[in-house]
Amino acid sequence: MIDFAALKRDRRAALAATAGLGVLLALAPFLIGAAAGATWLRILDFALLYIMLALGLNIVVGFAGLLDMGYIAFYGVGAYLYALLASPHFGLHWPVWAILPTGALVAGLFGVLLGAPTLRLRGDYLAIVTLGFGEIIRIFLNNLNAPINITNGPQGISGIDPIHFGSVSLAKPIDIFGFSLPSLHAYYYLFLLLALGIVFVTIRLENSRIGRAWVAIREDEIAAKACGINTRNIKLLAFAMGASFGGVAGGLFAGFQAFVSPESFSLMESVMVLCMVVLGGMGNIFGVILGGALLTILPEVFRHSAGPVQQAIFGKVLLDPEALRMLLFGLALIVVMLYRPAGLWPSTRRRQEFKGSAA
Amino acid sequence: MSGVGEILLEAKNIGKHFGGVRALRDVSLTIRRGEIYGLIGPNGAGKTTFFNCLTGLYTPNGGELMFDGKKLQASAPHKAAQRGIARTFQNIRLFGNMTAMENIMVGRHVRTRTGVIGAVLRDARTRAEEAAIRRRAEELLHYVDIADRADDLARNLSYGDQRRLEIARALATDPQLLALDEPAAGMNGTETEELRVLIEGIRNDGVTVLLIEHDVKLVMGLCDRVAVLDYGAKICEDVPAVVQHDPRVIEAYLGGAVA
Repeated sequence: MIDFAALKRDRRAALAATAGLGVLLALAPFLIGAAAGATWLRILDFALLYIMLALGLNIVVGFAGLLDMGYIAFYGVGAYLYALLASPHFGLHWPVWAILPTGALVAGLFGVLLGAPTLRLRGDYLAIVTLGFGEIIRIFLNNLNAPINITNGPQGISGIDPIHFGSVSLAKPIDIFGFSLPSLHAYYYLFLLLALGIVFVTIRLENSRIGRAWVAIREDEIAAKACGINTRNIKLLAFAMGASFGGVAGGLFAGFQAFVSPESFSLMESVMVLCMVVLGGMGNIFGVILGGALLTILPEVFRHSAGPVQQAIFGKVLLDPEALRMLLFGLALIVVMLYRPAGLWPSTRRRQEFKGSAA
Repeated sequence: MSGVGEILLEAKNIGKHFGGVRALRDVSLTIRRGEIYGLIGPNGAGKTTFFNCLTGLYTPNGGELMFDGKKLQASAPHKAAQRGIARTFQNIRLFGNMTAMENIMVGRHVRTRTGVIGAVLRDARTRAEEAAIRRRAEELLHYVDIADRADDLARNLSYGDQRRLEIARALATDPQLLALDEPAAGMNGTETEELRVLIEGIRNDGVTVLLIEHDVKLVMGLCDRVAVLDYGAKICEDVPAVVQHDPRVIEAYLGGAVA
């Protein structure tokens, strides 16, 4: 893929590559909007949300090696917090700059809440407990409409304030010096900005004392303890950091959709985000980003092409596109894991790991 | 590291049982600053159990550990490391998928402070600390003579180099007491001799060494004092020359026939 070693050697090439990528990211909504229309622009916005989620889960699963199957709960916490603090449901209308940090904080607290009882668990056992936690959150969201109506139950909360800064709302085209920036474009730039922020934080953490401690715990917890790492605190920190990213993404999701309901936070979603991390390349930030983008976009590609392709080949639609889509998606997952078991873009570490075990 | 000869570690009547198995029975011993102290005994005598009590991996069922004049709080390995007790493991436990360099850098964790905010902002203090971690790790790579393997994954190092790396990682925590659990296991003659030189060097640099070892020749040649465990109890503690000829020790190793 990209030769990072060469980029490091040549600063000019690195600058050019960064600038190129920057221009591409900046123009992406216009290119995609012009080529494929609003539907795909929306999918692009969602891809950014999923990338944030995948990056958050990567801290827990990829770095610290803690298999978390209930990660989507933190997305739910962030989303519902936004919904409760900025909708007619309680009549609160907090500004977004206050909600997102609160969402990160509260989701982080939930992360600690989940982490604390599971500190002694690893692997399959941890997966089962976190899976249960994810379901508990969803079921709470589903049932907290009586005796006091907090979450409005299965109907969800609608009429959520769109993300807005002062009088500038992202839900309507924004007028910038006579040029009108459509809503989906505006959301794209906001999501991109926050996703880049999360990438930055993740990279900084990875290459720090904290990041090394996470990996050490993944590699050998007892040895990590003997090295003086307070594994309890460092694990809780991983849960909290991962959860807080999920909380931010959840808040953005609620503002973007203007509607939240418990069914957006099902087990399937947790599995999906986990797939993004594993398939992209556990532990490698760029791999995880790739995984997040691909797994958001691929199912949509199948959805939109399964019908027309059948029409073209057989003259009629034989199989329900919706069923076929998941079939193809599952097949794609299996093929990738068979031929690239360390993920599409593994970290150098894991690449060597898999080479080593194959030899 | 002043006061060579004063008591560094004092174990008083340490007991540990697993269900009905009494792994340690009232083991008392004292280790003085600057010495190499050997702990030997037949298989299953309780040497590693004692190690694990000392390093906080196990909580003793009875007794007291005094380290550097203060009580050692049981059952918190990271606190033992903080107090200055570093260890290696009988079956090497490295961070296999981290480089040799990174393994040692993890060892500096306990002596450094950067938190999330520092790591994200990477301020001047954090950068200075990170540079110091690297410098110390490089020094230690040279110290144990594996500098040329710095960027190799720990799992790809040779067996002898892995042993050395584990010692370097332990030294990175700035220990007062370095506890080595059978460091010569599986080594050939040359490697064992190199290890002997390394351990002597570590002691000469002011670190007290506690050594569990099966290689009797190594223990007798290297240690200032030796304690012998048998069936979880200490049966002898003295300088190697005396221990070697103690009838109880000979009996423990060779069985009852000698008596």
